[in-house]
Amino acid sequence: MMIKTFGKVLFVLAFVLVLSSCFNKNSPNYQYMPNMYESVGYETYEGVDNGLFPQGTEAMLPPENTISRETLPYEFDNSIEGKELARLQPSPLDSLQKEANLTKGKELYDVYCAICHGNKGAGQGTLVKREKILGVPSYDDVARNITVGSTYHTMYYGLNSMGSYASQMENETELWQVAEYVMKLKEDLTK
Amino acid sequence: MKKVLYRQLLVKALGLSFLLFSTSFYAQEEAAAEETAVEESSAAGGDAAKGKQLFNQNCAACHALNRKMTGPALANVETRLYEEEGLDKEWLYAWIKNSAGMIASGDAYANKIYAEYNQAAMTAFPTLSNQDIDDILAYTAAPPPAPAATAVAATEGGSTESSGGISNEIILGALSLVFGLLVIMLILVNNTLRRIAEANGVVLEKAKAEKSLPLWKAFAQNQFLVLVSVIFLLLGSAYFAYGWMMQVGVDQGYAPIQPIHYSHKIHAGDNKIECKYCHSSARVSKHSGIPSLNVCMNCHKSIYEYTGNPEGPSAEDLANGYTNEFYTGEIKKLYKAVGWDEENQRYTGESQPVEWVRIHNLPDFAYFNHSQHVSVAGIECQTCHGPVEEMEIMYQYSPLTMGWCINCHRETNVKVEGNEYYEAIHAELSKKYGVEELTAAMMGGLECGKCHY
Repeated sequence: MMIKTFGKVLFVLAFVLVLSSCFNKNSPNYQYMPNMYESVGYETYEGVDNGLFPQGTEAMLPPENTISRETLPYEFDNSIEGKELARLQPSPLDSLQKEANLTKGKELYDVYCAICHGNKGAGQGTLVKREKILGVPSYDDVARNITVGSTYHTMYYGLNSMGSYASQMENETELWQVAEYVMKLKEDLTK
Repeated sequence: MKKVLYRQLLVKALGLSFLLFSTSFYAQEEAAAEETAVEESSAAGGDAAKGKQLFNQNCAACHALNRKMTGPALANVETRLYEEEGLDKEWLYAWIKNSAGMIASGDAYANKIYAEYNQAAMTAFPTLSNQDIDDILAYTAAPPPAPAATAVAATEGGSTESSGGISNEIILGALSLVFGLLVIMLILVNNTLRRIAEANGVVLEKAKAEKSLPLWKAFAQNQFLVLVSVIFLLLGSAYFAYGWMMQVGVDQGYAPIQPIHYSHKIHAGDNKIECKYCHSSARVSKHSGIPSLNVCMNCHKSIYEYTGNPEGPSAEDLANGYTNEFYTGEIKKLYKAVGWDEENQRYTGESQPVEWVRIHNLPDFAYFNHSQHVSVAGIECQTCHGPVEEMEIMYQYSPLTMGWCINCHRETNVKVEGNEYYEAIHAELSKKYGVEELTAAMMGGLECGKCHY
């Protein structure tokens, strides 16, 4: 009799164990019809082991010497001379749309730049205040004397510790919008 | 016990740093150590405390004290220059104020260092006065933090953490041992009692029970009871079967182990980095992309180690083994994947993909577009993805079922302001439904073809 009850308890325990082992949060759940769940075409970032892609990843850089559709190559190269030439380049955006461009520029600036450069462009972003990244200059730095063209160049290629932000913006227009907003911040700072 | 140990260590470390007149860059006792450094260096004509401030503002983007960054390490730069190159302070003044001019003028060492650091031009600092530069030099001349103190701190931190882990295991083991002993004792006691009963001639209930009608037989004879219990059983099992079948294909709570332990809590919570900083394609495309490694390197080019919160790792983090060393190790994994040579501060070109495990995955027959929700509707990421900024390990917060989508479409009002192009249609729809504010469902957010085609 005692062995019987013991067996019953064991059975219940095993049942609970089996049930709970189904809810493993490290592996995805069952699917009803995987054929309908999984794409026939390659999905974004899917690892593809067909020998065509290096290291089996289909997320790759565009081939060299190619550009995206509806874009023009940037005419200045990634060097100090290139930057000096870019310094003189004006913004190609429509100056009548300035307000709209600045609004969009601010939106993007607050996401991508303000974390280091600060909302006001004085080099006091959250990461600087928390002493994670140091030495972020203010936009009104006299020696750097940034212009809209040099700002674009710096965002496009990166400079020293700052990386390139070209991949995080959708297109050149967005980069120019941010560059224009940076110039507005510089104006406000030097006021 | 742990706390006392730590306090002793602090006292030791403090004493050590006082002895060495060090400004400790990493340890908590920074302020105390700094004072001594100031006293020492004021004799040399510079104020190290001011120098530190100036250094952090102007130099730290490209220079660190003890490691190469974009530019060379600067600890003791003045003495090193004098001893190794025979260059005095005047050379440094000239270089800092106008490095490009010195390179152009053909100064031998200026050109050498320019070539050595990939021809990265140093910004000119004409605004810094000689006194400012003296201050900065005083700061760099204060000896680097004593490696002994930090090493002791590191090993100490490691040992307390591991002892915490061991004690937990010991407690669990002891508990299970005690339970096991209890079970064995119960069985033994039962057996002994049984034997005593037999010896005394007591008849056990088992024998009695056999005489009366067995319970199951009585149950089988009562047909009404059988019927009721069968119905009850069927309903019950139907309930559980339904529940089980409804959760097939739902991955709520799915939290796979990722190749790099990336903490959203640290990045989005503590450091307040915008979601769209890394997941930038959520603004403009169907997918909210996983950031490519160059986006990680935007910050991690400078941030090469995890120093944690000023108040130190929480007890919970320590219990999970999330020490500062652990996180620094994860940053090294990133460097390995992206091929970043920390020593020389350049990319080796040998990279390997990080195989992140995808968590949120809609079935192929459902269409979902991030930009439509993020940019057009302006929905916060947290509405669907939950409190990501609190997640140490990322998990799927929402069920991502069709019912969940539709609920939200029924309840969410669409922002129609500032959308003149569709004003007439919006007015017409408002009139048709007789409401002030339109929900996504009224705009056609429930039509099958919107998501399934």
